Amino acid sequence: MTNSQFKLYDTSLSSRLIMGSALYPSPDSLIQSVKAGGSEVVTLSLRRETAGEGAANDFWEHIQKLNVHLLPNTAGCKTAKDAITTAQMAREIFGTKWLKLEVIANDDTLQPDLFELVEATKELSSQGFQVFPYTTEDLGAAEKLLEAGAEVLMPWGAPIGTGRGLMNPYALRTMRSYFPDTPLIVDAGIGAPSHAAEAMEMGYDAILLNTAIAKAGDPVAMAKAFKLAVEAGHLANQALIIEQRDMASPSTPVAGTPFFDLDKIN
Amino acid sequence: MNISINGKTEEISEITLAALCKRFLDHPHTIATAVNGQFVSVNDRPEITLKDGDKVEILSPRQGG
Repeated sequence: MTNSQFKLYDTSLSSRLIMGSALYPSPDSLIQSVKAGGSEVVTLSLRRETAGEGAANDFWEHIQKLNVHLLPNTAGCKTAKDAITTAQMAREIFGTKWLKLEVIANDDTLQPDLFELVEATKELSSQGFQVFPYTTEDLGAAEKLLEAGAEVLMPWGAPIGTGRGLMNPYALRTMRSYFPDTPLIVDAGIGAPSHAAEAMEMGYDAILLNTAIAKAGDPVAMAKAFKLAVEAGHLANQALIIEQRDMASPSTPVAGTPFFDLDKIN
Repeated sequence: MNISINGKTEEISEITLAALCKRFLDHPHTIATAVNGQFVSVNDRPEITLKDGDKVEILSPRQGG
């Protein structure tokens, strides 16, 4: 029961670490990090082609060699309409129905616009996309996203790129309990492997992160650290973590405790 | 006529979207296109003749989180 397979839509996966492909110091660092992290799913984007520059095509060739599932995003879109057009373009290029749907409400927090997100999810689901919405812990929005056709939800841990970990563990725990059968992925805000382990211990199905590995001093080593943390957290959840107590409780048997100096005890 | 290609205005004579893509870059298979905010599939590009004022977006794969 260690790291059992799980499904995102109709795809079975073993690795519960989903990695972004941005911000790496070099293409080789990206490739080696994905391998070290054992990730089977990598996110990527579409951006304006610049005539005469081959950089974009180099990146694409590198990614294709990884032989992983691609999860294109709609990063930067601020309306459902823009996200839908970007999604359609991504589907043609990447040949996948999967879509990490981002509709951003605010440049400072990069928080999702939940109203546009629901609208875009509904339309894209009707067009056959398998939508992975980047959302918050809001249960009302989550229900509407599921009604709109999403079968996976991706609540944030903290704002994108902040590395602050799980800012609202209570709400994330509630969300996990409220949707026991929906694949839930904590996406964004993870900074340290312990943050990822915390979410997995709560019972989250997977972690999606980018900056914490790509901007680490040694991305390849950090990718391995996250791999281990995600596996450890998942295994701990499966093994059932003990309840917390208010009072101390000795772990060493009390019976048979030797008393060498009875005078001092009395 | 003037059209906008990825936000940059270009003066150009009548042309289809397919021909524009061919002229614009040498790897036409790794791009996706939209005109005036509407996706145009690779199969539809030859059918789209660009008009004055059209806004063309030509996107390609890039890193993303």
